[in-house]
Amino acid sequence: MFAKIIGLGLLALSPHVLAADTPLNTGNTAWILTATALVLFMSLPGLALFYAGLVRSKNVLSILVQCFAIAAMISLLWLIGLYSLAFTDGGSVNNWLGGTSRLLMAGLNKDSMTGDIPEVTFAAFQMTFAIITPALIIGAFAERMKFASVLVFSALWTLAVYVPVAHWVWGGGYFFQHGLIDFAGGTVVHITAGIAALVCALVLGARKGFGKVAMPPHNLTMTITGAGMLWVGWYGFNGGSALAANGSAGMALFVTHIAASAGALAWMACEWIKFGKPSGLGIVTGVIAGLGTITGAAGVVGPAGALVIGLLAGVICFFMTQLIKKTLKIDDSLDVFPVHGVGGILGTFLAGIFCSPDLGVFSGFGYATGHESIGSQLSIQILGIVVIGVYTAVLTWILLKVTAVVTGGLRVNEDEEREGLDLVAHDERGYDIN
Amino acid sequence: MKMVSAVIKPFKLDDVREALSDIGVTGLTVTEVKGFGRQKGHTELYRGAEYVVDFVPKVRLDLAVKEADVDRVIEVICKAAGTGKIGDGKIFVTDLLQVVRIRTGETNESAI
Repeated sequence: MFAKIIGLGLLALSPHVLAADTPLNTGNTAWILTATALVLFMSLPGLALFYAGLVRSKNVLSILVQCFAIAAMISLLWLIGLYSLAFTDGGSVNNWLGGTSRLLMAGLNKDSMTGDIPEVTFAAFQMTFAIITPALIIGAFAERMKFASVLVFSALWTLAVYVPVAHWVWGGGYFFQHGLIDFAGGTVVHITAGIAALVCALVLGARKGFGKVAMPPHNLTMTITGAGMLWVGWYGFNGGSALAANGSAGMALFVTHIAASAGALAWMACEWIKFGKPSGLGIVTGVIAGLGTITGAAGVVGPAGALVIGLLAGVICFFMTQLIKKTLKIDDSLDVFPVHGVGGILGTFLAGIFCSPDLGVFSGFGYATGHESIGSQLSIQILGIVVIGVYTAVLTWILLKVTAVVTGGLRVNEDEEREGLDLVAHDERGYDIN
Repeated sequence: MKMVSAVIKPFKLDDVREALSDIGVTGLTVTEVKGFGRQKGHTELYRGAEYVVDFVPKVRLDLAVKEADVDRVIEVICKAAGTGKIGDGKIFVTDLLQVVRIRTGETNESAI
């Protein structure tokens, strides 16, 4: 959505001010409608399947149910007020939060415009980002959190973390005004989800038997299927974030693909060298690492820059996964932090380098408004990473404590955990094979 | 009568079944089982997290065999299921007290 800074200028600061003057662009509108469907497809069923295959068979439904329930719940909250708080003008507090003019989508009609696309299309596109972000976090507390706690936490977190950060970066807030490059969600989606995942894993504690009992993925076919859907859906995630059907979208889509491919091969090479064999799970995890890392940088970096970003993503996320799980023994069950959090941080940082137009074949398409050197761009990138990371960590910790009070603890008891969340929380089983 | 239980490598099941058919065995029961012997388990790696899998998948055949056929059945199973490598499996032979064919009420050797 950095493209808005270039393409739409100040429109995003107050999307409806210029509404009457901007003619609708049907090509752009068609692409954003398509991209909206692609991004929802990433969550349902892409991410749902990707995660569901990674847990044990007694918890497969709990993951699928959580993804679908979060999608439905966040959609309604988006309508009720989250969209307004994220993307409208907050007046005197606009640096930090949007306004209330679109509560229940008040005043929104078919003619309301954001730039040259209908505002309702923009709102729906953004809604799909708000859905996938809390859905990403569930990988951290998989197989042990109460369903009610998942819902309460996801709702509070989206309100108190996702929405403000989205406003700071995309909705006209502080980082938007100060030229932080985050094209499609390196900070807003991946750093917030990744940092929140780490805090969740620490606060909830490890699954019973973690490190002693085998907890292998129950269906990698499902996981790899989901990863394929995520890869394809990411075309809409990053390509759509240009908010136009133009060269910026085309470039974002292409560099996204390059980074995914580079991440896959880099992770595969790491496993081959370190463990002797390349695994299917390793290859698709490398894909997701590459995709998560390029997200913030897509649209501002060139294809050769994306190659470097993807390779670094594969290698660094691989070693961070080892560090978190094996060395620090933190049960971030589905590796959300080392893949998304680290990828988001890395991508946000590297965007500040590879956006530079002075790197020869590795050049990007220029700095954000107000920045004229890599150093200056990096300073705002690093400030964004630190402020958003710390804010997310603190708020996530507080919201988990609040959720624990509301739902009487966060975890199911030991017996329930042993039995599996499918039966305990939903009275059904994922598989009944005879 | 004897009950012959053979635990074999799963991919050898078809060979064993064919070899047994060739010597006139008309029925057997197959169960998918897990266990360990000298072969022990193996290691699986998921994103570098190492899991030792103690139990190896095997197939167990149960055959009721007439006294006179026991040695030949054992010989045929050994030949068909053998690869010469560790993990080929084992054969257990026990006395079988009674057999009844439910449909006809026939008993013992005529029911096998």
